[in-house]
Amino acid sequence: MIGELGQLSLAFALALSLVMANAGLVGAGAANNTARRIASGATMGLMVFCLLAFGVLTYAYLVSDFSIRTVASNSTTLQPLFYKIAAVWSNHEGSMLLWMLVLSLYSGTIALLGRGGERLTSAALGIMGLLSAAFLLFILFTSSPFLRIDPPVFEGAGLNPLLQDPGAVMHPPMLYLGYVGLSAAFAYAAAALIVGEPAQSDGWVRAARPFMLMAWITLTCGIALGSWWAYYTLGWGGFWFWDAVENASLMPWLVATALIHSAMATEQRGAFRTWTLLLAITGFSMSLVGTFLVRSGVLTSVHSFASDPARGFFILILIGLAIGGALALFAWRAPKLQDGVPFQAVSRESALLLNNVLLMAALAVVFIGTIYPLALDAMTGRKITVGPPFFALLFGPLCVLMMVLVPFGPRLPWRKGDLKSAARTLAPALGVAAVAGLTALAIASPKSAVGIGAFAVAGWLIGASIIELRKRRGARLTAFAAAIAHAGLGVSLIGVAGTVGWQSEALVVVGPGETLTVGPYTLRFDGVMERDGPNFTGKQASIAIMDGTRVAAVMRPEQRIYTAEGQDVSYTAIRTTGIRDLKLVLGDDRGSGRWTLSAFVSPLAPLIWIGGLVMALGGLLSLFARLATRAPKPEAAALPQAAE
Amino acid sequence: MKRVLFALLLALSAPAASLPVWAAPLEGTFADPALEARAHGLQRQLRCMVCQGQSIDESDAPLAQDLRKLVRAQIAQGRSDVQIKTYLRDRYGDFILMQPPVQPDTWLLWLTPLLVLGAGGLVAWAVIAKARKIPDSGEPA
Repeated sequence: MIGELGQLSLAFALALSLVMANAGLVGAGAANNTARRIASGATMGLMVFCLLAFGVLTYAYLVSDFSIRTVASNSTTLQPLFYKIAAVWSNHEGSMLLWMLVLSLYSGTIALLGRGGERLTSAALGIMGLLSAAFLLFILFTSSPFLRIDPPVFEGAGLNPLLQDPGAVMHPPMLYLGYVGLSAAFAYAAAALIVGEPAQSDGWVRAARPFMLMAWITLTCGIALGSWWAYYTLGWGGFWFWDAVENASLMPWLVATALIHSAMATEQRGAFRTWTLLLAITGFSMSLVGTFLVRSGVLTSVHSFASDPARGFFILILIGLAIGGALALFAWRAPKLQDGVPFQAVSRESALLLNNVLLMAALAVVFIGTIYPLALDAMTGRKITVGPPFFALLFGPLCVLMMVLVPFGPRLPWRKGDLKSAARTLAPALGVAAVAGLTALAIASPKSAVGIGAFAVAGWLIGASIIELRKRRGARLTAFAAAIAHAGLGVSLIGVAGTVGWQSEALVVVGPGETLTVGPYTLRFDGVMERDGPNFTGKQASIAIMDGTRVAAVMRPEQRIYTAEGQDVSYTAIRTTGIRDLKLVLGDDRGSGRWTLSAFVSPLAPLIWIGGLVMALGGLLSLFARLATRAPKPEAAALPQAAE
Repeated sequence: MKRVLFALLLALSAPAASLPVWAAPLEGTFADPALEARAHGLQRQLRCMVCQGQSIDESDAPLAQDLRKLVRAQIAQGRSDVQIKTYLRDRYGDFILMQPPVQPDTWLLWLTPLLVLGAGGLVAWAVIAKARKIPDSGEPA
């Protein structure tokens, strides 16, 4: 019964999304209050039914209703409560329902906030309605999480043990908040093109910027979480693998980053109007492309649980319709936009333009590197690998160039800036850069030119941010936000440099009582014990960190065999000092108490994710500042435009 | 400095505790750290073809283990990185190389980012050139 309630909720949600699309688009025309009210109401209804469907599915997991197929294949009665809930979105069907829930919540937020005026809101709801209808059709016809199995099984197959982990639990909701947040920006952009006037007056940017920021913040957190999870889960010493699934989340992030910068110029100066519209469309397109890559099964990787061609085909059609439709609308309406405001070659506008060019080039690297091997294989059957060296070679220099240029942006005023005075202000940051580089040169070993360079660039970024914060004391919160986000970039860079440049590792075969050294640590292997949990049997090693002859700490990497799933998983042990990580991975049993053991020391590694958090914090600050200060009235926004 | 400290430490601790028994390095590890680092670097550039995007440095698959042995044997024989990569590419194809070679069927792959960067730069230049010519009425920003 409960499963059918979920299915029925989705059917109601589909009907409501169609009402929403229709009424919303009708309401975009002048003076049709009834249609607008219907669109708003339908949006609330959509939200309620999506919440209900999601609630029903969660309930089915909580009570272990194994007559529902997704529950039976992703949960067991033995699973801890936390992972019963997490299992809801651990699989294709559930994660699509989560996607839909987030989409409905964003739609509801658009309706409730009503930013940018009634016509814009109505048109945006219309677009969100169309997207909702498409996703609900996708869920109902190819990916229903409520399908029954007959007869029900007595015990479920259990959640993939790799995903029984807090990082893996939080990663998808964060990413989806980002992916789908870009759908709100997309909806506003399309709505602006439909209504016409908000595209000209840039009212849509003002309305959509909180959504862009929200998408950027959550994508930043989602990517950081995913990278952190990979770092501590996988048994080797990396944090980013240029895996297609990782790239799928990086692409929308790159566009979102470009978008929040370009939108700033559009909102403040009316510059780059058409470009900002196009970016908003591109951002969501990248979300869809990412979804296609991950969900269609074109890649076979840890993340791809789905491998049903019908799904891939459906998403491809959706991509075609959404992108094609939006681009057609863009091609029809955008040429009518006045898109020229005066500014000099040295100005904030030019800086933002350069930021966008570099980000688009970085996007091109990630996009072509991810798609090309798939396309080549599909068209010619030839297989090539586009691996980390390709990305490092092309993405790395672009990033460095961008980071070197970043501090200039906030120092240049709109219209016309002065490079000399900006350089003079930033001179102390150059000093910080020199100190950072020399410090790395002095204490780090081995000497790594890339590492020292990265330290200098990070010092430059952080130094410039501190200058920015001091200069702007008493200014608006948004000015601090940028400085903090840019500093976060520097912090992450230090972590990356430390991990890439100065990681040390030891791969050994150890017996009880034997000792090994890795980096500055001396470790003593004290054997392996059996340790079973509620849904697994485990072997846990005990490894002492020695301080002379004293045991300073004990680390316990382990291997578990999940009984229901029949899968063995290695659990790394990580000990962090905040500036240095020691990671231990228990390998094979070599008999007579001897095991293979890998030990990694990653200097500064935690800074990678701390930097990500700092960046997200900067975004949050900007978001709060924006929501706290009331948006100016539409009349005030529609200032006379400079003549062409 | 470090070495002195270490010697001192060793000298101090030796009478107190019996000398530690050191763990054996994994089979095939080079005693020379430079060679070992070179082996790792090379292993990272070679794909484990039965894995999902992992290099043979990271993977525990039997194929990766065999390839690691092969790479290390060839390094021990004094062959260069390029020779080893060519040897493997001749046998397993381009697929084994983590960095795709530049050849007619990958020109598009290598050129696209550069084209985007170039085109983006040109467009930006044109936009700036146009914006400079617009008379600035001095309306509030």
